[in-house]
Amino acid sequence: MTCLPARTDKKLGLAIDLDTCVGCNACVTACKGWNDQGYGAPLSDQEPYGAHPSGTFLNRVHSYQVAPDQGAAQVVSFPRSCLHCDNAPCVTVCPTGASYKRSEDGIVLVNEDICIGCGLCAWACPYGAREMDQAAGVMKKCTLCVDRIYNEALPEEDRVPACVRTCPTGARHFGDFADPGSKVSQLAARRGGYDLMPDMGTKPTNKYLPPRPKDRLDTAPLTPLLDIRATGFAGWLDRMLEKF
Amino acid sequence: MNAQPDLSKPIGDEIRQTTCYMCACRCGINVHVRSGKVRYIEGNRDHPVNKGVLCAKGASGIMQITAPSRLRAPLKRVGPRGSGAFEEISWEEAMQIAVSWLKPLRETAPEKMAFFTGRDQSQSLTGWWAQAYGTPNHAAHGGFCSVNMAAGGIYTMGGAFWEFGQPDWERTKLFVLFGVAEDHDSNPIKIGIGKLKDRGARVVGVNPVRSGYNAVADEWFGITPGTDGLLILSLVHCLLEAGKIDLSYLAQFTNAPFLVIANGPDKGLLMTGEDGRHLVIDRRSGLPAPWDGEGVQPDLGAQWQGNQTVFRHLAERYLAPDYAPEAVADRCGIAAPRIRALAAEMAHAAFDDVVEIARPWTDFRGIRHETMPGRAVSFHAMRGISAHSNGFQTARALHLLQIVLGSVETPGGYRLKPPYPKPVEAHPLPHCKVTPGMPLDGPHLGYVRGPEHLALQEDGSPVRIDKAFTWENPLSAHGLMHMVIPNAHAGDPYRIDTLFLYMANMAWNSSMNTAKVLEMLTDKAPDGEYVIPRIIYADAYASEMVAYADLILPDTTYVERHDCISLLDRPISEPDAAGDSIRWPVIEPDRDVRGFQSVLLDLGARLGLPGMVNDDGSAKYRDYADYIVNHQRRPGVGPLIGFRGADGMQEGRGDPNPNQLQRYIANGGFYQAHVPEEAAFYKPWNRAYQDWAVATAIFDKPEPYVFTLWSEPLRRFQAAAEGVGPHQPPDHLRAQLQRVMDPLPIWYEPYGEADAAGYPVHALTQRPMDMYHSWGSQNAWLRQIRGMNYLYLPTRIWTEQGFREGDFAAVTSPNGEIVVPVAHMAALNPQTVWTWNAIGKRKAAWALDDDASEATVGFLLNHLISELRPGQDGHKGRLSNSDPVTGQAAWFDQRVRITRVGPRDRSEPVFPPITRVVPEGTTRSGSPS
Repeated sequence: MTCLPARTDKKLGLAIDLDTCVGCNACVTACKGWNDQGYGAPLSDQEPYGAHPSGTFLNRVHSYQVAPDQGAAQVVSFPRSCLHCDNAPCVTVCPTGASYKRSEDGIVLVNEDICIGCGLCAWACPYGAREMDQAAGVMKKCTLCVDRIYNEALPEEDRVPACVRTCPTGARHFGDFADPGSKVSQLAARRGGYDLMPDMGTKPTNKYLPPRPKDRLDTAPLTPLLDIRATGFAGWLDRMLEKF
Repeated sequence: MNAQPDLSKPIGDEIRQTTCYMCACRCGINVHVRSGKVRYIEGNRDHPVNKGVLCAKGASGIMQITAPSRLRAPLKRVGPRGSGAFEEISWEEAMQIAVSWLKPLRETAPEKMAFFTGRDQSQSLTGWWAQAYGTPNHAAHGGFCSVNMAAGGIYTMGGAFWEFGQPDWERTKLFVLFGVAEDHDSNPIKIGIGKLKDRGARVVGVNPVRSGYNAVADEWFGITPGTDGLLILSLVHCLLEAGKIDLSYLAQFTNAPFLVIANGPDKGLLMTGEDGRHLVIDRRSGLPAPWDGEGVQPDLGAQWQGNQTVFRHLAERYLAPDYAPEAVADRCGIAAPRIRALAAEMAHAAFDDVVEIARPWTDFRGIRHETMPGRAVSFHAMRGISAHSNGFQTARALHLLQIVLGSVETPGGYRLKPPYPKPVEAHPLPHCKVTPGMPLDGPHLGYVRGPEHLALQEDGSPVRIDKAFTWENPLSAHGLMHMVIPNAHAGDPYRIDTLFLYMANMAWNSSMNTAKVLEMLTDKAPDGEYVIPRIIYADAYASEMVAYADLILPDTTYVERHDCISLLDRPISEPDAAGDSIRWPVIEPDRDVRGFQSVLLDLGARLGLPGMVNDDGSAKYRDYADYIVNHQRRPGVGPLIGFRGADGMQEGRGDPNPNQLQRYIANGGFYQAHVPEEAAFYKPWNRAYQDWAVATAIFDKPEPYVFTLWSEPLRRFQAAAEGVGPHQPPDHLRAQLQRVMDPLPIWYEPYGEADAAGYPVHALTQRPMDMYHSWGSQNAWLRQIRGMNYLYLPTRIWTEQGFREGDFAAVTSPNGEIVVPVAHMAALNPQTVWTWNAIGKRKAAWALDDDASEATVGFLLNHLISELRPGQDGHKGRLSNSDPVTGQAAWFDQRVRITRVGPRDRSEPVFPPITRVVPEGTTRSGSPS
């Protein structure tokens, strides 16, 4: 079994704004494209043109319908990837030490050289955030684009995860949750960023910013200039043009 | 403990910046290339369209450019049409075949060649080519896409939604979307919504379906399809009733103060002076004065010799109780208090918290304004409102709404992008005069001003195969591509010989009544020849259409060719800059394929078309790249505005620059000509903008104009229908024209409602953000996101019929029946069902496995949709299922009946597989080792 670091210097992660995410899947394919050529084994696709295409994705977007007590039904788009938990059960369950959490920044990674593909970590993860690559036989997961965020071959502004760089609505934010002054910490504080399934005790780093309340339109109706039925159109016009 | 992986690996050898083509957005992309192969595609941060971001499609481009469905070589049909039996031929043979078909036709009957292009981004070339060939039968796909949106906007305010303009994202406080499917446009709207959310601005969605943008809207109005115009005019009613309209704006910048002639032969037209200029009553003198006279202050409420202002007419109409929220609520499916609350919210955003920029400007009357006040409410709309048979007038109504609020072209409102604003008068008229062996007398498409501009023969029959610019749909500015095959098959108005299509899947998802269209394409006349004798098709992929053509000209993918996104066509401008861009071959094709535009120029040279050959008969342009650089439409004006002149220093106008494409490539693939600050708002009326537009070659002279609340072109058709004038419609269309060609925006029941009795449910489609038409399904990544489609049923239907997960439903329309998988969706108008468009595929098309979910359970609604208008008497007039003003395909008028059939394992109808023209895909390429 593998140990978690007692503490990490940083807590790098994502703040994902569910009020803004339109469910476009841009983050899904940007992630696929980057990690297909990035850290570790490529993300394979089985039967890509067949009846049951099935490939490795490190980030997927789900769509949920919500029926509030009052008001119209709603649809929430929900991106899901590794949450880089402080208390990552996928690490402690790993028999070889392949699954580990970095002490410097808190990123949970898989060392593919010693991953035996046993799949225990995927079973242990309550979020379903890990996927076994069927071609490489190793466990794949979100690396927080560790090969982008420290990549000196990239311009500095591009040293963010691929999903964050591509997100068209700007619903995905990357930063250090250990720094209370960071943008992600501030956003989470201001918007009530929450942990996914806190009762699991995983202490996820990523935070979800909840949708704002919807369908609360209660603007008072406009006051008519006058009673048109009484004055006729001419009366309305006179009153209207007085204003001009 | 753990070996530190190398975290600073470069992605490739080189970044090549070009333009995406995974949809119509035309975002800038960085293509990372290693050893001649694409490794990664990301957004170009400097690009005006996408500013670095990229959508799901764009980031999956790597799977499109390596797709197994790519065509490999020119093909000649060797079996029966539709069988898919082809043999590969050389390009030389392909070109000789094409010339042998096209040359004799040009010399004898050029109208028998119909050239229609689909998702073509080179319309200034394809249109010019068709004009040189001399056929009147040319258009692109706008007729079945969103011509109502374009024409409704142009005829009202000289611009429209989508690429014509955008909200002032930095300042708007209330943003209202009407009928926006998830793809038009893609990244710019998403970026904008993100900005609004970040600022805490309000977003309102009006749409029967609450998905995508509507899902994040703060307020959702789940409107009943086809009633948007009624809701909009009710909002106008509420604003008028409360006096919450911008009188100053209406008086200065619209034709609201123009005088409508009350009597006589010109009844309903606008009063003009002896010099032909429209008249207003000048408040300074109380007397008539030309609308654009120096210092004139138009009087909104004037009456002159019994003639009243447009403002009086419109106020009287929309104040009528028919438009009260209480009168429209049931029909729209929106409660009256919510309509009133929305009107109040608009008024609040527009008038209670005025945006004002301290920036002086001078208007076209010479009046100097010290500031730029604005209205912080903005709108966007797309096919949800336009793809109805009342869509043109609905688009007009929406523009009326934003104009009475005073928000168009003001800070916080809706801003147009150069070359817009551009009035109807600055657009060409349609041309249709055919002379064998000679070019057409002018460009095909345009904006008619009256009945005299229709494309009719002397006997009143249509000149064009699609019946564009006829009394059936007079303002068909984009043609009616959806009617070309049915009309050619019916010989109505005549038969053609050769149908030449580019990038349009007319044998599948781009046609109404698809199953019937397949029969039309294979039907033979008694003499044994196909009713449509010859079909040439150009596409990059093995789409369903390929099997129905006789000659295939294989195109490249978008990273393997030159293109220009031109101000002559559909540019990539921003409100603060005119912009254009290019594509260039960032990798070389590995197949025997050629960019279609280069092929077209080659074909033009072989046919000796004017403009494409030198005096000695040799080809004038080596290829499309040569054309992009050296073609001049007018002296000094070419496809691209940037880096012109021998030294590359000229903008807009200038001699061709042989290094222009290199300069574009070095600049990231695009160019922007920035609008000066004092010209940034009030553009139609702003002298500084007009002068800049002339300098930038957008106009040849200043063209200030006012917005058209009262439309004279519409009134001229209405008057003709009343019996006025020498150009008279056929009697069976008089009532329709009198009604729909109303000079003020109106709402009328869509023609689809004729089927309402037996078919109680509205059926819609929309495109997901992660697919673009049929192209997405060949994409190994995108089809894993959405490899099948359901018909989504509202709670009412789901529970009434006891539907369960896994069920299928029979969906029946007067045109046919399909059996399809269903799913429950609560956030849906209770009278509406919908599905994703174009997920369903024909077996063995697109190099997919025969058992691909797209081909087994995926389905099209198209089979249910007749190309002929519902409710016609025996269809004897063959009126198209289109808007009667513009000819826009009325896809969303569709009515259906839903019946639960329980679990099934496949959708119906089932079509036999097509013989494959490319091998079935197995493993995907692109994954670098």
